[in-house]
Amino acid sequence: MNYRQARWERETDDGETVAEPLLSEKGTETVTHEASSLPDDLTRDELTLPELSEPEVAGHYTRLSQMTYSIEHGPYPLGSCTMKYNPKFTEDVAAIDDGAIHPDRPDEFAQGTLELLYGLQAFLADVGGMDEVTLQPPAGAAGEFTGLQVAKAYHRANGEHEQRREVVVPASAHGTNFATAALAGYDVVEFPAGEDGRVNVEALEDAVGDATAALMLTNPNTIGLFERDIEEIADLVHDAGGLLYYDGANLNALLGRARPGDMGFDIMHYNVHKTFASPHGGGGPGAGPIGVVDDLAAFLPDPHVRETDDGEYELYEPENSFGKVHGFHGNWLVLLKTYAYISRLGDSGLKDTSAMAVLNANYLASQLDLEIPYGPFHHEFVASAGDTDAAEFAKGMLDEGVHPPTTKWPAIVDEALMTEPTEALSKDQLDLLADAFAAAGQKSDEELAAAPETTAAARIDQTSAARNPRLSWRDLEVADD
Amino acid sequence: MATHHPEFESDVQPRDQGASSPFAPHTGAEVAAMLDAVGAESVDDLFDIPESVTFDGEFDVDAKTEFEVVSEIEDLLGQNADAVEFLGRGHYSHYVPSVVDYLSLRSEFLTSYTQYQPETSQGFLQALFEFQSMLVDLTGLDVANCSMYDAATALGEAATLAARVRETNGETVLVPDVLREGKRSVLENYADGAGLTVESYPTVDGNADLDGLADAADEDVVMVYAESPTSRGTIEEGLSAIADLAHDHEATFCLGSDPVALALLEEPASVGADVVVGDASVLGLPASHGMGLGLFAVKDDYLRQVPGRLVGTSEDAEGRRAYTLTLQTREQHIRKERATSNICTNQAWVALRTAIHVASLGATGLADLANDCVDLASEAAARLDSVAGVTAPVHDRHHFREFVARTDEPAAEVVDGLAERGYLVHEVGDHEIQVCVTDMNRGELDGLVAALREVVA
Repeated sequence: MNYRQARWERETDDGETVAEPLLSEKGTETVTHEASSLPDDLTRDELTLPELSEPEVAGHYTRLSQMTYSIEHGPYPLGSCTMKYNPKFTEDVAAIDDGAIHPDRPDEFAQGTLELLYGLQAFLADVGGMDEVTLQPPAGAAGEFTGLQVAKAYHRANGEHEQRREVVVPASAHGTNFATAALAGYDVVEFPAGEDGRVNVEALEDAVGDATAALMLTNPNTIGLFERDIEEIADLVHDAGGLLYYDGANLNALLGRARPGDMGFDIMHYNVHKTFASPHGGGGPGAGPIGVVDDLAAFLPDPHVRETDDGEYELYEPENSFGKVHGFHGNWLVLLKTYAYISRLGDSGLKDTSAMAVLNANYLASQLDLEIPYGPFHHEFVASAGDTDAAEFAKGMLDEGVHPPTTKWPAIVDEALMTEPTEALSKDQLDLLADAFAAAGQKSDEELAAAPETTAAARIDQTSAARNPRLSWRDLEVADD
Repeated sequence: MATHHPEFESDVQPRDQGASSPFAPHTGAEVAAMLDAVGAESVDDLFDIPESVTFDGEFDVDAKTEFEVVSEIEDLLGQNADAVEFLGRGHYSHYVPSVVDYLSLRSEFLTSYTQYQPETSQGFLQALFEFQSMLVDLTGLDVANCSMYDAATALGEAATLAARVRETNGETVLVPDVLREGKRSVLENYADGAGLTVESYPTVDGNADLDGLADAADEDVVMVYAESPTSRGTIEEGLSAIADLAHDHEATFCLGSDPVALALLEEPASVGADVVVGDASVLGLPASHGMGLGLFAVKDDYLRQVPGRLVGTSEDAEGRRAYTLTLQTREQHIRKERATSNICTNQAWVALRTAIHVASLGATGLADLANDCVDLASEAAARLDSVAGVTAPVHDRHHFREFVARTDEPAAEVVDGLAERGYLVHEVGDHEIQVCVTDMNRGELDGLVAALREVVA
């Protein structure tokens, strides 16, 4: 494909070539607070910030937007990120004025919001085969933290917290699993995958025991394979007195076809910005509700929504709640979009989502001339760039007008290209994406080193950025002086 | 392309036509061709799920048209009773200019993700760099990251950072006794994993009681936290003294604030703050049921311990300025259990909105807004104080956006009486209510005062 991202070039007053000057390079103002009604010793001496007209601001951000590749430009197959189309109407739903309320409203003034949240709790519980769901965690990693806090509270209530100091995680798990366990104060026990890319039950037996608080698992796992021994794994963990945690990053593969609760999971998080299409916004916000089985429901965060005998909705504190993971009720706007998406699709659309996501991954894989060592995979697959550095391979794909897959992870595949097309790509887009893989694969090392050439920036020197951190326009001014 | 009309009854099953999700583009012919290419008979054959865990039930959710969904949600949210909110205590709304919506809703911003490929993500990276830069200007500190979830989680991250940077082990985080309960609960959960406990120091009239704080501080303290404005709306007057006290104990001084207050109040760096946290979505988001944007800024010494994403500048192969995520060896996807935090997805799009809001206000507009927050609180307190049976403000302090008022009648009755008349305020003590006034509700102040007169009469 012949492709050029928008690119501007101009020189700043200091002679530096930039695409778009910083707001601070366009005009600033310094204000003082002599006229403030506060005494001098309570105010700052002065404040300097950009000072621009609305036309200048609008032009600035419009140009910046055009130097940002997005889902609507074309394929964005980042594995594990589920970059699917975000329906437009959910933005209109998020803008409904009656929904713009303060979090401390008394329940009787927030019945609509509470009913919607209650409905979403119930729906997500159904999708996951769980008994109760909290919507408070503001992202997937926050959901993981919430889940481990629930596990911790449960073990504390059973007098086993001091003994159960370990969280068991497969080597190929998402980085957040390890980091979350550490944040919650647990020691991480890592165990290797089996030769077939799935959990090696024998290796797991060695890793699980009296000290196990929980096992965190993704299913399908990070190379797209269903953990066929999941029931045996669940028994193993439960027999040891531990809890089984489901990382919901890959739930898009199973929507309406299998439920973590039925597999024996006790706790799970939902990445609703992945599975249920709320926009990723350049890195967030997402939302990471968690579901739990009945035995754990009393430990969920405060507050929780329930229906009263009168058919009203109210917030309450679960009996043994461990407290809060967000200052208020989580990322409301994201939850609202999730509710809208689910209502639009219904049963048939949701089941079709997993079907088309898995078909797309399999079709795309069939069109690639790359080794895919593990299968059968579902919504995503991990191809190998072979003798080529996967990160370099990705730069070559950028020039074909697509976003490359996740690279160099998981480590179980050499030079991994972790690819998740999602259900939202048409066959035509998948063919374009396959062409982009092929084009990158035909480039020499030298050509890859020179890539990308069509994007707003050419190859960026990462080492210099880290060695000499310049993290604000103030740092750039200091560098100039 | 397939056309999708799930609202119409059809003799042909959708699956035969292709995808039945309106957001999957497949026609029946395409599905057939793709299955051929894969060598599968049906899509179901592609699933490798053991039968024992296969789900064949229904969720009993009917597909709806877009119009039906929008109508349903409008009706549902319409059940939120009409009321004028004079509510604050950590979630504030200011008018958000239209330009913020129109620019941030551009699909390039809305539908991209974390900038793992910087060459094709320069625009968003620059916007985040500018967001960081604005917070550096506002705090006077050296480094700001490009977002945490909200003020409470940012405070939790600050505590774990404080424990990591301290040369000797400590066990305690000190917070004001008036700290909002929910925020304290989040902090306690982050602290728990790091082996820290949270303890209170006393306050006088909303602000830190410096003698009480001195008594509470010992060699075990890893962090002292203070807010300005406080959760009772007062402007803290002893920030430098609090910082000195913290530093005397080798503890981190963490200050909680927000970008509007920072535009006017003492610059955190100048009073000795090591970390600044707070909710930056006071600019950029309307009332959002508590959804926020955690701001997180630190002095240079703590750079390698910062949680979350950082955008820095570099050069591209053609010698031009370029932006990229940097110092990623702090983060979970590289460092796993030794990462500075588990955060991955953050609030980047809200940060973009906040930056656009700041850019459209400019230094002058932001300073004006901040001064309004002082003057409106003071004006509103005087108005309430004129009502017999009400004393406002309770605290003999300067205020920002909100204040506490004493009512001769029990506060619960006053709050209920006002709610019946369509005005919402906080109940914060047996005879104390809290009232928050911004540009959004100032026009309703006459109504609030009239209702209050009726209620306390």
